[in-house]
Amino acid sequence: MSWDTFQPYDKKATREGFGAGLHELGKNNDRVVALCADLLGSLKMQAFKKDFPERFIQVGIAEANMMGIAAGLATSGKIPFTGTFANFSTGRVYDQIRQSIAYSNKNVKICASHAGLTLGEDGATHQILEDIGMMKMLPGMTVINPCDYQQTKAATIAIAEHNGPVYLRFGRPGWPVFIPEDMPFEIGKGQLLKSGSDVTLLATGHMTWYALEAARSLEKEGVDAEVLNFHTIKPFDYELLLESTKKTKALVSVEEHNRFGGLGDMAAQYLAIHQPTPMRFIATQDTFGESGKPTDLLEKYGLSPQHIHSAALSLMNRK
Amino acid sequence: MVHKAQSGHPGGSLGCADFFTALYFEIMDHNPNFQMNGHKEDMFFLSNGHISPVWYATLARSGYFPVSELATFRMIDSRLQGHPTTHEGLPGVRVASGSLGQGPSVAIGAALAKKMNNDPKLIWVLCGDGELQEGQIWEAAMFAPHYKLDNLILTVDWNGQQIDGANDDVISLGDLEAKWKAFGWDVTVFDGNNMNEVVQTLHQAKNKTGQGMPQVLLMKTEMGAGVDFMAGTHEWHGIAPNDQQLQDALKQLPETIGDYSINENK
Repeated sequence: MSWDTFQPYDKKATREGFGAGLHELGKNNDRVVALCADLLGSLKMQAFKKDFPERFIQVGIAEANMMGIAAGLATSGKIPFTGTFANFSTGRVYDQIRQSIAYSNKNVKICASHAGLTLGEDGATHQILEDIGMMKMLPGMTVINPCDYQQTKAATIAIAEHNGPVYLRFGRPGWPVFIPEDMPFEIGKGQLLKSGSDVTLLATGHMTWYALEAARSLEKEGVDAEVLNFHTIKPFDYELLLESTKKTKALVSVEEHNRFGGLGDMAAQYLAIHQPTPMRFIATQDTFGESGKPTDLLEKYGLSPQHIHSAALSLMNRK
Repeated sequence: MVHKAQSGHPGGSLGCADFFTALYFEIMDHNPNFQMNGHKEDMFFLSNGHISPVWYATLARSGYFPVSELATFRMIDSRLQGHPTTHEGLPGVRVASGSLGQGPSVAIGAALAKKMNNDPKLIWVLCGDGELQEGQIWEAAMFAPHYKLDNLILTVDWNGQQIDGANDDVISLGDLEAKWKAFGWDVTVFDGNNMNEVVQTLHQAKNKTGQGMPQVLLMKTEMGAGVDFMAGTHEWHGIAPNDQQLQDALKQLPETIGDYSINENK
């Protein structure tokens, strides 16, 4: 892929990608069942409900029950997709997921919208920044955080074919769409979006777009950044990370999540053993969020392209 | 089993022995040649996973796995984990349980799948009474009548006891019959330690399926039923008998001796 491949051609929310992917699954896979905990519109599940009412289950505001029902449906051979906010998809129902889904190895797809700071005005009660950590700690759980509308749609379709529990994380705001429609999506495979030789920017979710922006601004200062999009946090693509950091010998991880428990510590733990590499962590710094506009919050909590840019430069200065 | 492991939950297990025997040997249409998806057979879920001894004993005697494997209960490398799991691949178990309150939700999922598949078979689930203190139970209680899950039969082991004492001393369950009725369930109360009544009630429940309502069977039992020194007290919720107590207990329930030789298992 050339550098120019990743220009924004639209602006849409990743949750819309989920809705579109789910609707397509409805057409093509009659084992797919959708459950929702009173957030039909927020999760963009209306189209699925309209066209496949017999495979749509409204659970009401009862997320624990929803996770158990999904486990029962999966036991019986269905492929249930649960839909609610990321906070209510993880922290609120951790024990239900742990026992009835993960430990029981149920083929449940936990689909979680409004993750991270970019949920915006609703504030910290809903802005979960710990969900990737909680989910990746569960043995056998696949954890996916796609970067734009197109990739969320592709990921939604792909996880139906994967046998086992999956946590699919996406968000609320309109966001640049830059992944080409024909770009393949493979669970567990990182994506090299831009080659570079000086520093690796390892990003996931919304932050992948910001990493690309930072790479452009770094280029103007003569720094050649490599950009990796890790839509899958678990299983982690250690091979691609190692290949990249062998070359650049500097790594900035970028995620809309607490620095503890996310993408960055997956990379750090591995590199500490196999190839110690100077790192910077662009993430929230063990804090809760607050109300505000999504991009203002990203700026305030240290997650802007400029923050990524500065972190990369500070690593260059160490070289 | 509990004696050999010197750990486990004999009280609730004994109280539910009649129920399990009736369910697996008389009532359910099930296949010991185990299939996880339970297509075209009745499915049972144990929500109060700590009474695994009685369930394992029932599954083994129903042909799901060898009776000799019961001696591995709670031992390292066993498929018979302290609380039931699917992780080690024990035939007959479809979901892990132990952390309470989750079984009815899972059973609802299975009941919904049967409806979607036009499979007329039934879903059975057992809960403890103390377990009804878990909030998730009442999420499930609200859901099942809304979806008219008349292929779902929930039994509550109503022995009045839980770890810290009598339900009424811990957190009162109140008028259980009225509560379930108010949630929209068809309610039956019966004596779970009278085999004739158990068989009759379960048959009756089977005949009442398909009428637009989920059913709850409030099963009055005595914790530790059949063993005088264990009966009726929460003290035997989660402790194992010693050698002498085991001998005393087996003398009181001679029909169990055939499967469990004290000397062999020492």
